[in-house]
Amino acid sequence: MGEGTAAEVFDWRDEIFAALKAAEIRQVGYVPDAGHARLIELCRAEPTIRAVPLTTEEEGVALAAGAWLGGQRAALLMQSSGVGNCVNMLSLTKTCRFPLVMLVAMRGEWAEFNPWQVPMGSRTQAALELCDVLVYRVERPEDTAETVAAALDIAFNGDLAAAVLLSQRLLGAKRWVK
Amino acid sequence: MISNDRRLDRRAAMRALLQNRGDLLLVTGLGSTTWDAAAVGDDDRNFYLWGAMGAAAMVGLGLAIARPDRRVLVVTGDGEMLMGLGSLATIGVQRPQNLAIAVFDNGRYGETGMQASHTDGAVNLTGVARACGIEQVFDITDEATLQRFAELVHSAETTLFARVAIRAEDAPRVLPPRDGVVLKTRFRCGIGVE
Repeated sequence: MGEGTAAEVFDWRDEIFAALKAAEIRQVGYVPDAGHARLIELCRAEPTIRAVPLTTEEEGVALAAGAWLGGQRAALLMQSSGVGNCVNMLSLTKTCRFPLVMLVAMRGEWAEFNPWQVPMGSRTQAALELCDVLVYRVERPEDTAETVAAALDIAFNGDLAAAVLLSQRLLGAKRWVK
Repeated sequence: MISNDRRLDRRAAMRALLQNRGDLLLVTGLGSTTWDAAAVGDDDRNFYLWGAMGAAAMVGLGLAIARPDRRVLVVTGDGEMLMGLGSLATIGVQRPQNLAIAVFDNGRYGETGMQASHTDGAVNLTGVARACGIEQVFDITDEATLQRFAELVHSAETTLFARVAIRAEDAPRVLPPRDGVVLKTRFRCGIGVE
């Protein structure tokens, strides 16, 4: 992979943030991932968003349910490994039909150097679908904003769970160059 | 460690917490605390967890952040809290002033045959809460302290945590509605967001 242009990289990440703001997301739960670093910074700096660092991703599923009970919209940022941590907690989402949006930075796929990431990364989509979470996958920067917006729409209009997988190819070699 | 505690009756403890509840919002954890709340009286402002073990405190956090104008009380059991112990760290970072967590601690997994939990001799939940940055922490073994905590739930200026020592008894089961969509929707209607 080439360096990509820095402008392009920042552009789609900023567009995800703009989509979250446009959808009036008020709480963002996250477990840090390098692929989400910029988005986390933006959320933490945004006065209309309460950014909540989590110790494990399943906390975020419960946080989002609580937010919705109180009339606020939440979104979750996590790495693909964190999807496995959410499995039982997603029963809360499904049983109560809570809207849920998960933005998942993928590991364990494209040019992964760490084999320990592969078991969960290669089953992330299947695990989500097994839990009745709608899955949208993004491979190209130009598709990111509208995919995230579409996931937000379907989740909050339909009281459904949706995940956007940001592919490792999209996130790019940039993370490994340094 | 807790063998000398004077243990409270769980139903009486729940009743004390919900007396004069005003517009208090309640989240209960999977298991006995949900039956306790139902025994005191079903209410649209109660959100009962019938599953998702470990979720109670975090549902309370999301709700408290969303509704800073309302007081939020989470009542759950020691086993449920232990499964979501990391959420105390998450809550310690956020510390909304309208959130209170009460853990009914009998040192047992009551729903599965009263097996000993980690709080039975080894783990001190108030110590965990304090170490997680929650500043107002109560170890409640008598009615007077419970009463004081129940009042503070309505006026505190920081997140509260209480461990309430209860007797390991199997109180009669009182089951609230279990349809999750109904529980969610009536709660939201009740606070005017649906």
